[in-house]
Amino acid sequence: MFKATGFPFHTVALEQVMDLPSSVVAMAPSPSEQPASNYKEAVGHFLQSTSSSRSTPQDEEQTSLPEVPEAHTHFLQQLIGSAKTLTARQDLLNTLRQHLLVHTARTEGYGKVMLGDNCTRLAVKLLTSITLGRGAQLAQDTGFSDARYGDITLVRPMRDYSAKEIAYYNHMFSVASVFTPSLDTKTTDKASIQRLTESFVTKLQEDFPSTVSTIYRTSEKLQTTCRSSAKAEPSDKCLLCVCALDTAVENASAFQATLTSEQLSQTKYPGAAGTEIPRQNPESSAPSGQCCSSGGAEDCGRAERGGGGCCSSAKEPETTDLKSLLCYSCQLTLKDMSSVEHLPQYILSEAQRRQRRSQMREEISEFLLEDGEGGD
Amino acid sequence: MPVLCSGCKEKRAALKRPKTGHSLCKECFFWAFEEEVHRTIVAAKLFKPGETVGIAASGGKDSTVLAHVMKLLNERYSYGLELMLLSVDEGITGYRDDSLETVKRNQQQYELPLKIVSYEELYGWTMDAIVKQVGLKNNCTFCGVFRRQALDRGAIMLKVDKICTGHNADDVAETVLMNVLRGDIARLRRCTAISTVSEGEGVVPRCKPLKYAYEKEIVLYAYFKKLDYFSTECVYSPNAYRGHARTFLKDLESVRPSSIMDVIHSGENLSVRDGVKMPVQGTCNRCGYISSQALCKSCVLLEGLNRGLPKLGIGKHHRLHDKLLSQQPLTEREERKLKSVDF
Repeated sequence: MFKATGFPFHTVALEQVMDLPSSVVAMAPSPSEQPASNYKEAVGHFLQSTSSSRSTPQDEEQTSLPEVPEAHTHFLQQLIGSAKTLTARQDLLNTLRQHLLVHTARTEGYGKVMLGDNCTRLAVKLLTSITLGRGAQLAQDTGFSDARYGDITLVRPMRDYSAKEIAYYNHMFSVASVFTPSLDTKTTDKASIQRLTESFVTKLQEDFPSTVSTIYRTSEKLQTTCRSSAKAEPSDKCLLCVCALDTAVENASAFQATLTSEQLSQTKYPGAAGTEIPRQNPESSAPSGQCCSSGGAEDCGRAERGGGGCCSSAKEPETTDLKSLLCYSCQLTLKDMSSVEHLPQYILSEAQRRQRRSQMREEISEFLLEDGEGGD
Repeated sequence: MPVLCSGCKEKRAALKRPKTGHSLCKECFFWAFEEEVHRTIVAAKLFKPGETVGIAASGGKDSTVLAHVMKLLNERYSYGLELMLLSVDEGITGYRDDSLETVKRNQQQYELPLKIVSYEELYGWTMDAIVKQVGLKNNCTFCGVFRRQALDRGAIMLKVDKICTGHNADDVAETVLMNVLRGDIARLRRCTAISTVSEGEGVVPRCKPLKYAYEKEIVLYAYFKKLDYFSTECVYSPNAYRGHARTFLKDLESVRPSSIMDVIHSGENLSVRDGVKMPVQGTCNRCGYISSQALCKSCVLLEGLNRGLPKLGIGKHHRLHDKLLSQQPLTEREERKLKSVDF
């Protein structure tokens, strides 16, 4: 089917995500801005180059599925298996898929990647993002263009067309399509948050036909909370989704309230002493709290063994450190994973690199001059 | 083997916290709950010492717990506040009269002064009469708009500096979801704020100290503390749009308990693109209340009710404001559109 389109195509196996270089999660500098007048020239140039390369026969392209070492498949299965909830699994899969897309685009020399999200799917994605805590990244997840990777821009040209329109079009013009089952096909409504949101929107659409278009219009009016977006410092971006971090603990924010709850649930009621209020140190209580809450009903019994002894203490430093590099919703995904060892090497090495760099930064912080501070 | 409380690690756990999943004994849970509300109040700087604060009390679980916790924290941490109860009577037989009895009992238990304002005396209409005219689909709009003004007027009569309402985390999350589904950008930005901006005559700033408390935890708290409250659904609410957002949120909570806080977190981090047209705050030309249009919503709704045009106020009606202000009669076509009511 791909051959029939006449475009050059690449088939990439998900297992290759294990081999990605760590530059995938780093933002590459974007190419210099071209003024609009050059657009026609650029189009003309592109048409010329493609017509010349079209002479290469399609048979030379990779027509069979790529070879995949079995160890990679095994690793991948372990990784997906380490995510305990379907929600986390789907989230992880999306992230890995996107990394792979970006990497392929970079190696093959493409500057833009077109995604086929339609209006209905984007409306569901918007609502899902809100429920997963990705409010700060909404504009990039559901907007027309997504420039978070710097040199590669992800665009969504199909976002104006609803799923029904596309289905009718394909039917009338005999456009071939294939249905690939995803992780949540044929699952119950409550299997994962993504599945729940999808069924909610579809049901609501039946009673209120304007639901999807209203949600779509809402997504057009949103933007990212621009907080230090000008800085190119990679440590300000989330490790997994490469969006700006939204975990600054501000006063009276939901995030602060969550940390407070975690901490208070593990401190003793002061009793007669009364006024002594324990110091808030989320770092030490966060890992054990994380273990307790991810365990579920059966595992809460572990609490009796003491706050810090829930899971092996060797894992504590790793999990804590990764958390500080992630945005709010990626932290939630990480919480649902039983261990971080199965993450592909490129993610772990990039995490270590960032930690080393932030340690360096701390050591010399008193000597650094911030932009815009002090004299000219 | 019995599960030990994860707070004091001595006593047997009596409950599991819906918010974090920890098992706690009663005292540790009370402590955690009250302390969280206290930290919310302190972090958001909701009150200043010496202020008079009106607690919007409906007799339901949220406002009962709010009254209890506010009184407790006021004494424990010496906020220096003077507390009062404020209640609104919408005139819904069978629902509101019973809950008002609960509020009166609360007043005696907590020894706080109480003031009741009713729709009948403020507007000349009870909710029962409104529903007879409007039908069952849009009545929540009337009730909500009227209640807001009623609270403000009651607060001015009581001479309070601030109002605090019992909105909990579930309410705020539902509002965020509802505003996204309805495409209400202006409200989307404001609805996660913990306290409203206090500008204009006749407007008392209001805040939500229980903003980060889950509804289930409020019920647990009230249950274990044996607080007395009234727990029935409003008879007119089943067809409200909010019901859809509520069932969705409840399902979300069952899949992942932290979803409620996640939604609030998303709502707080949303921002609107520059260049999107937003409403500007002004005053109503007729009654002087704050409004973003020429006439405030309650004036428009009342006008519709008094004239027998129940749909005036539901849907877009900006163009009719000038006509209403200058007392011109509406054309026949406009009247016909506004009269049709679907039950």
